[in-house]
Amino acid sequence: MGKIMNDRNKKLLNVNDLHVSIDDKEILKGINLSVNLGEVHAIMGPNGSGKSTLANVLSGRPGYSITSGSIEYLGENINEELPEIRARKGIFLAFQYPVELPGVRTWQFLKSSVDAIRKENGEKELGVKEFDQLLEVHRNKVEMNPDLVKRSVNEGFSGGEKKRNEIMQLSLLNPTFALLDETDSGLDIDALRIVSNGVNEFKSESNAVLIVTHYQRILDYIKPDFVHVLVDGNIVKSGDGNLALELEEKGYEWIKESISSGN
Amino acid sequence: MQKQKVISRETGVEDQQYKWGFEFDIESDLAPKGLNKDIVKFISNKKNEPQWMLDWRLKAFELWEKEGVSSSPNWANVDFPEINFQDIVYYAAPKSQDDAPKSLDEVDPELIEAFDKLGIPLEEQKKLSGVAVDAVLDSVSVATTYQDMLKEAGVIFCPISEAVQKYPELVKKYLGSVVPYSDNFYATLNSAVFSDGSFVYVPPGVRCPIELMTYFRINEVDSGQFERTLIIADEGSYVSYLEGCTAPMRKTHQLHAAVVELVALKDAEIKYSTLQNWYPGDKEGNGGVYNFVTKRGAARGENSKISWTQVETGSAITWKYPSVILQGDNSTGEFYSVALVNNFQQADTGTKMIHVGKNTKSTIIAKGISAGKAQNTYRGQVSILPNAHNAKNFTQCDSLLIGDECGAHTVPYIEVRNPSAEMGHEATTSKVNDDQLFYLQQRGIDLEEANYMIINGFCRGIFKELPFEFAMEASQLLRVSLEGTVG
Repeated sequence: MGKIMNDRNKKLLNVNDLHVSIDDKEILKGINLSVNLGEVHAIMGPNGSGKSTLANVLSGRPGYSITSGSIEYLGENINEELPEIRARKGIFLAFQYPVELPGVRTWQFLKSSVDAIRKENGEKELGVKEFDQLLEVHRNKVEMNPDLVKRSVNEGFSGGEKKRNEIMQLSLLNPTFALLDETDSGLDIDALRIVSNGVNEFKSESNAVLIVTHYQRILDYIKPDFVHVLVDGNIVKSGDGNLALELEEKGYEWIKESISSGN
Repeated sequence: MQKQKVISRETGVEDQQYKWGFEFDIESDLAPKGLNKDIVKFISNKKNEPQWMLDWRLKAFELWEKEGVSSSPNWANVDFPEINFQDIVYYAAPKSQDDAPKSLDEVDPELIEAFDKLGIPLEEQKKLSGVAVDAVLDSVSVATTYQDMLKEAGVIFCPISEAVQKYPELVKKYLGSVVPYSDNFYATLNSAVFSDGSFVYVPPGVRCPIELMTYFRINEVDSGQFERTLIIADEGSYVSYLEGCTAPMRKTHQLHAAVVELVALKDAEIKYSTLQNWYPGDKEGNGGVYNFVTKRGAARGENSKISWTQVETGSAITWKYPSVILQGDNSTGEFYSVALVNNFQQADTGTKMIHVGKNTKSTIIAKGISAGKAQNTYRGQVSILPNAHNAKNFTQCDSLLIGDECGAHTVPYIEVRNPSAEMGHEATTSKVNDDQLFYLQQRGIDLEEANYMIINGFCRGIFKELPFEFAMEASQLLRVSLEGTVG
């Protein structure tokens, strides 16, 4: 096969002129973004720029309306796709604020999730023992306390434990497209290292990662191939990993100024 | 214990929401419609009762007639048209009962098939499960399994009509001792016309080796069901009793007015679990069972304990307050409840804990789930009487709302007449949270399943109080009852 063909096969996500509103207020104002397999992208931007909206709308969270533009995933328009269908097709969102599910056992939740995704791929449900073995492997990767899987989902978990739980799920579910929404927020340096290691171990030539972050910190651990700066609903600048360092040094004001000066 | 078949089976009926809605054709032995002295005598005669039993029924009937419908309770947060008590059939027995089945082999095969449909394969259970089953169809107890093992332990588990014949002294001593015939309008009615129900006696020091179970089912059109259950746990004994209820779909309402009395003597413990799945009516609120039930336990002896666990998903209207009178010193009362209402269902349910003895302790955990246009009320009373030194109560009421057309109400009454009492009350109301649903969906779980998982989680604290098989069944019931509440 020729190189062009290969490149086309590597195409995972294509966001075209995406406009998104919440309650008639436009948040994203024409986003263009292309992600290939094997790539790590970072979306950076100040608070309120629309970073989390982008992560949410890509994963299909209700409450957002796409007023124009499209999201193509694996060559299909998924604008109207239900969140669970997107998830089964390999889109994973590591939540900024993972919710608590009182009374829902983590173990049961994880098994339901694994089985739902396996079913989509034409595989049969896992037996209890098989699942336990699988779970242990991924749990160890993020050094998650084994007692936590017996407890209700995220209930009484510390901030760090919740984030580890997210990355454990990333590892367990092995998605094709991982969205990390402010995963570094609220993590101490040790937890950040563990979580980052989890992501680094996950990423491969057959998947892609999109990191949404305010701070450059996490990008010391997870090296992005591309950095996009989001300001007021638009990607105003894209570059390689060095752009993140430059931003850290000069701040978002620098970007805003360079836009308004037409540079 | 062996795994038991769950009750939820497709039966191919029109209303897929209610999967227990088949009826079966067994020639009934019906009393004529309406209620008068002759009907009471007819019922008593049908059961070949001794004079004392008839006299008790007649006393109840006279009181019921004298007090009249105007004495029926009207304080509950439920709304329904006045019931015409002369338009109800008060006795309906499957005809083959005349030949009194002595064993399963003698039971009408059609009945067995019917129970199979209900998910209670008696034959299979006899071999496989550790549950002894007494199945009450309309008004008559049809078959009781597992008698041999019980006999060996000295446990009596039989239809109450049989107990009246065989153990008159026990029945005379305890019947009406917890719920007197004069207790309330529906209890009085039940005392006059009760047809059948279960009787349990566990002798001193015996731990009942298996869980006892009764399945109730209303089958006849226009018939009411008035079962009466009496359970006595003698000193130092233990028994766990389960009841399940279903009724076929009817366009008209059916009345179910049962009485359950529990007596726990010194050091005895009774655990009573209910899965109530009477027909709730259709989506427009037509039909469904009026479930007006009086359940009460007397923790009579020192260190005795009575625990009620109920999962209420059925009935058009539920009016019931399983209660405990904590008479014995150091006695314990517990009430664990899940009440789910959907469409036009109404539930006014809760408990009463009456602390009489010293160091008595009660726990109330009530979970209410409301969906559709349904109304759900928790009504509870905790009374600490003057001599109840060092009594303790903890009450927790949690309400969950699905959609914005339903209602949840909490009405706790607390009466403390001894200053040493320790009381705790917690109440929450919440909605199924969109963030929770999305979290589950984002992990590949569809919306309906996500909704079920969250609500099942809400109920988990109650389900864990149920015996394992019953907990599975409760989860299944919840799943079916929740169908169509999201999306």
